Amino acid sequence: MRMLTREIEERIESGIPGSRAAVRDLTGTGDHFEAVVVAEAFAGRPLVARHQMVYGLFPEELRTERIHALKLTTRTPGES
Amino acid sequence: MSEDIQAKIKSEVEANPVVVYMKGTPMFPQCGFSAAVVGVFRELGVEFHAVDVLGEDGYRDGIKRFTNWPTIPQVFVGGQFIGGCDITREMYASGELQKMVEAAVAAKR
Repeated sequence: MRMLTREIEERIESGIPGSRAAVRDLTGTGDHFEAVVVAEAFAGRPLVARHQMVYGLFPEELRTERIHALKLTTRTPGES
Repeated sequence: MSEDIQAKIKSEVEANPVVVYMKGTPMFPQCGFSAAVVGVFRELGVEFHAVDVLGEDGYRDGIKRFTNWPTIPQVFVGGQFIGGCDITREMYASGELQKMVEAAVAAKR
């Protein structure tokens, strides 16, 4: 069952307060996504921890592969 | 049993400077993200220990449990979990991966 980019953005933005998320469907099949997430909450954290913060918001979708792929770019507002 | 897999993974990542848990083998990757990670280490000219999670019973769930990370591939350098394909590529582009790999290989000599 497909997910919508807006659903993913909303889950990220409510799960990481103060964040902004822009999500793209990479294949048009509703299961391969790319998310660019900007959040002050990422400050001082290594990439693996940042990605975990986002992945942790979708445990069931990732476990069942309703989300098959979620490519992440994670930045603080100050990072390019 | 699942605890055996956890112990096996722990010893694998401690014994080898670079370990890649992937779908398929370096010669025949079964997924684009796994292939990309293999490509990065080939580009670096670094030897890595590859585990095909599709080929070994219990590994696919075992490695996800070990790292509390939901996807494959998973990359370890110097015994430390660094992440999946996106992170590996990002660290390669920044030069951070090369430094980590050099330190890990030197530590094993």
